[in-house]
Amino acid sequence: MPLPLKGTCNGMLLTCSALVTAWAEVEETLKRIQAHKGVIGTIVVNAEGIPIRTTLDNSTTVQYAGLLHQLTMKARSTVRDIDPQNDLTFLRIRSKKHEIMVAPDKEYLLIVIQNPCE
Amino acid sequence: PPPRVREGPCGSTSPPDKGGRGPAARPPPPAGTMEIVYVYVKKRSEFGRQCNFSDRPAETNVDIQPDPSQARNFIERDPIDAAIQCASDMSEHEVNTERFEMENEGVNHLEGGWPKDVNPLEMEQTIRFRKKVEKDENYVNTIIQLGSLMEHCIKQNNAINIYEEYFDDEETADIADEPPSAKTINVFRDPNVIKRTATHLSWHPDGSKKLAVAYSSLEFQRSSKDMSYESYIWDLENPNRPDLVLRPSSTLVSLEYNPKDSHILVGGCYNGQIAYWDTRKGGQPVELSTVEFSHRDPVYGMIWLQSKTGTDCFSASTDGQVLWWDIRKLTEPTETLVMDISRKGVLENALGAIALEFEPTMPTKFMVGTEQGVVITCNRKAKTPAEKIVGTYSGHHGPIYALARNPFFPKNFLTVGDWTARIWSEDSKESSIMWTKYHMAYLTDGCWSTIRPVVFFTTKMDGTLDVWDFLFKQNNPSLSVKVCDEPLFSLRLQDNGRFIGCGSKLGTVTLLEVSSGLCTLQRNEKNVATAMFERETKREKILEARHREMRLKERTKAEGKEEDVKVETEEETPEELLARVQKEFFEIIEAEIRRKERAAKLSRAQVAQRPGLPKGWGVAL
Repeated sequence: MPLPLKGTCNGMLLTCSALVTAWAEVEETLKRIQAHKGVIGTIVVNAEGIPIRTTLDNSTTVQYAGLLHQLTMKARSTVRDIDPQNDLTFLRIRSKKHEIMVAPDKEYLLIVIQNPCE
Repeated sequence: PPPRVREGPCGSTSPPDKGGRGPAARPPPPAGTMEIVYVYVKKRSEFGRQCNFSDRPAETNVDIQPDPSQARNFIERDPIDAAIQCASDMSEHEVNTERFEMENEGVNHLEGGWPKDVNPLEMEQTIRFRKKVEKDENYVNTIIQLGSLMEHCIKQNNAINIYEEYFDDEETADIADEPPSAKTINVFRDPNVIKRTATHLSWHPDGSKKLAVAYSSLEFQRSSKDMSYESYIWDLENPNRPDLVLRPSSTLVSLEYNPKDSHILVGGCYNGQIAYWDTRKGGQPVELSTVEFSHRDPVYGMIWLQSKTGTDCFSASTDGQVLWWDIRKLTEPTETLVMDISRKGVLENALGAIALEFEPTMPTKFMVGTEQGVVITCNRKAKTPAEKIVGTYSGHHGPIYALARNPFFPKNFLTVGDWTARIWSEDSKESSIMWTKYHMAYLTDGCWSTIRPVVFFTTKMDGTLDVWDFLFKQNNPSLSVKVCDEPLFSLRLQDNGRFIGCGSKLGTVTLLEVSSGLCTLQRNEKNVATAMFERETKREKILEARHREMRLKERTKAEGKEEDVKVETEEETPEELLARVQKEFFEIIEAEIRRKERAAKLSRAQVAQRPGLPKGWGVAL
């Protein structure tokens, strides 16, 4: 594991150890999401569409990343066009085979593909 | 000068004469056409003069004075309620923009927008980049926050099915008695500049998501050199561009999907050849029949047969032949039959075949509708060609464009031709058992509904689609929809009975959906339909028997009288017959004119007698 660096969080200087725990928490969160029942895959995409973290194979990841990124941008712009004060918080696409859930943020996108059991 | 009536080419008026000389010579009109052309003559000296308008004072033509005595017929009203509204005037307009061709195109990036210094193919660089991002503060916080949001939704999904249909198992409500209606779902236009008629439609056998349309120009020798020979298969979802383009060597008049194999289509061409396509192999026909053994006229009818190999079909054309083919070997037909009702197999006497009918449940029988208005039933398995023609039904005045058996009552079949549609029963050979009234426009195609045994559809030359419900109303169609302004030539119902495709003269195929009342089986309908068909058949049989008796009586009487009296009432010669008919016709017309004049005179007298209008009204006549 590379050496942890100093960084700022919410305007406060965090110590190295705090950063390490934060980083571990991220790992734990992603692992927990992946471990839920029915979850097929998890992808984290950044604002440029580059997949940062994924549990699926490369080609699938790249496809999901590219397409869902565009769709999320479109959805967000739709919501904001209708009401500029509004913003997109979550996007769910249910298809015959599974459900794709996208949690958008300014810079990153968390995509989870789940098979909802009925 | 009085108008000069003259024969001239169709649709043209001759230019005004110069100097009163005779009009320039024109080529003689094609045989059989006669156009009445009005020629008006203007003196050369009168050319170029402008119209002279002049003013004149207004003339009072009629002045009706108010008649105060009329006021006694009215009661003054006090108080009066008057409504006023103080609002701005608004008007509503609808605008339909011109058709806009749209195309969807997408670009798929393979890898995201990697920064310039990172080579996406290098594993180390990408891993390093990723690790760098993961160390970012922002990343950490974002992921934690998004993660909790995501977990909530995942758990929600796992807990219950939030999209569950709760009232699925309840029966759909009884169909309200709504009036029948039809809705246009989609319109497929011929993309070529020179439009051709959509002469035949065929639905894809699985699921009916595609429609094959044969385009050709049926007008005799009117097809121009630039007319394209292509026919198209349309995907219902995309009306802008055909799914597959079929390129025969001559325009297709009929086209049918193979019900057993949805990749194979067989088409009959305008020049009489048969071609078959495999959609997996593209737009060129896989094989074409040889010209020597094909038909000599356009192939109007083409139907697939039920066979073990699924490759048999038969075709009919106005050259008087019905040919059977095996598409694996299109070099020559497997069997031929000449439509000669004198059963001698002479091609010169044969009737031109237009419509074919074949029911897979009765594989040995088939029926042919001819140009002369006769339906011929045939038996395929007869030993000699003479026996193959079993019987004939005549009753139409013109070519029979459609022939179809009722899917629920195979003994009854529908024929569409001239200005009527007729329903026949196989048992009554003299005439049809039921028929529609004579319409103002030619009927061009028809078919039974696949769901309701008494509903059938017909298309007419004035562009209307009629839906007949014979249990409900027999004198008029239950629903008449004006699909387009140009004549409709073909019709095809989808297997579920709900969607109809209609092809028009300009190659526009309209897809309509009929209301549920016309495509769901009503209670007790089959029994009532059976009773109706039986009743009509019985009526025809009784009439037939009666006719036969009368004819027998006439014959015996004639034979008895022959020795006594010379045949005075000779058969009228055709000229005498024509003269007599003409006289009768004019008598009827004159009687009608006289009646109209009398009625007009009466109404005019009534108007003159009417008293003047009350005070305050002025009327201009």
